[in-house]
Amino acid sequence: MITKRIIPCLDVRNGQVVKGVNFEGVRDIDNPVNLAEMYNEMGADELVFYDITATNEGRELFSDIVEQVANEVFIPLTVGGGINTLQDFDRVLKAGADKVSVNSGAIKNPELIREAALKYGNQCVVLSVDIKRVNGIFKVFLNGGRKETDLEAIEWIKYGCSLGAGEVVVNSIDTDGVKGGFDLELLKAVGDVVDVPVIASGGAGKMEDFKILFEKLPKIDAGLAASIFHFGEVKIPDLKKYLKEQGIEIRI
Amino acid sequence: MIAIIDYGVGNIHSVMSALNKLNIENILTADPEIIKKADGILLPGVGAFRDAIKSLEDTGLVPLIKDCVAEGKPLLGICLGMQLLYEKSFEDGEYEGLGLLKGEVISFKSRISEDLKIPHMGWNRLNVKKDSQLFKYLGEDEFVYYVHSYYASGKSEDLLASSEYGIEVPGVVGHGNIMGMQFHPEKSSSTGLKLLKAFGEMVK
Repeated sequence: MITKRIIPCLDVRNGQVVKGVNFEGVRDIDNPVNLAEMYNEMGADELVFYDITATNEGRELFSDIVEQVANEVFIPLTVGGGINTLQDFDRVLKAGADKVSVNSGAIKNPELIREAALKYGNQCVVLSVDIKRVNGIFKVFLNGGRKETDLEAIEWIKYGCSLGAGEVVVNSIDTDGVKGGFDLELLKAVGDVVDVPVIASGGAGKMEDFKILFEKLPKIDAGLAASIFHFGEVKIPDLKKYLKEQGIEIRI
Repeated sequence: MIAIIDYGVGNIHSVMSALNKLNIENILTADPEIIKKADGILLPGVGAFRDAIKSLEDTGLVPLIKDCVAEGKPLLGICLGMQLLYEKSFEDGEYEGLGLLKGEVISFKSRISEDLKIPHMGWNRLNVKKDSQLFKYLGEDEFVYYVHSYYASGKSEDLLASSEYGIEVPGVVGHGNIMGMQFHPEKSSSTGLKLLKAFGEMVK
């Protein structure tokens, strides 16, 4: 059977990997190419790169990094950040990405999902959504969690999948950086309504959090995290061995 | 030297990177002279069957590829490139393939439990069914990365390795010098590189 996936996420700004707590207080960690190679050696099932640079020069630097990683690391690569047009899809796919993640670009123009899915296939289009509770309602946020939208998260995800998104990354702003575990309530609500793979993001602090995620929510396919992997608080080989011992289907 | 058939579809970047990493000489080409001289042929492919077979036929290379295979040149089809080797595909219609392997390409839909998501996407265990030179470097627990919604239903004697996803999914198929991998070896980390390395040695 298909294994559960463990995915380190690398936020890249101006050529460096960064990670903040609750999306703020960003700081540098390491060179993304070295980090990608290290994660591949450790058994990461996939890598996600988010480009959080704002300038065109930064974007070019980022495409170079994706290309360098794709030349050295032979596992699936997902790239996101600043994807607003089909040309952006083209740019990162040509650099060697396998999947492209859309977030605010799809909120501004949902047709981007449909057009990209038609051109590159559904499996290529990943819908990434930043979600926070507002008065008990799951709301979609923009700009790394700073700007609230009118969208209700579960409806937006359903709509995105109907347009052709082939995978969904659910980022819980409420649990991000807190290290108290994944947002099970939100993830269950998403898992219940979509039939494409769902990647859980935000909140993992220890190995047990992944076990709880996969045991309680069998419909969730992957767990994504950043700082706990970058800082070595959770080591991927240990995590995968632990999950396998707990009877969870995992690639060692 | 391996000729990677260039027919304008798919992302061949990572296949080439993987072969380069293994120091296996390769060239992306649609030049009949280069293909004739090559020691082996690699047929890549992603996307829809209909578009891919049309693009391949438009290159005019199909008779040449068949001649090369008849002379015994090793041919490896990857993902959709493997599906093209079969006689027929039922992806969004009914289309003829190259007919180098006996069988048809059919949908997972209504053939697997509704609990299982389509596409079959992710890492799955590769179970070797039949001895092959391709497997010479493989160890016990090997996993490969799949992304597909259709699969090959071919002759059981051509099934070299499979993965379980509601049904037995053909992972590696082969009939003499004609071989196919449904998963992406170029995205299957060390396992994929071991398979490509073995193919590279068969080509020499």
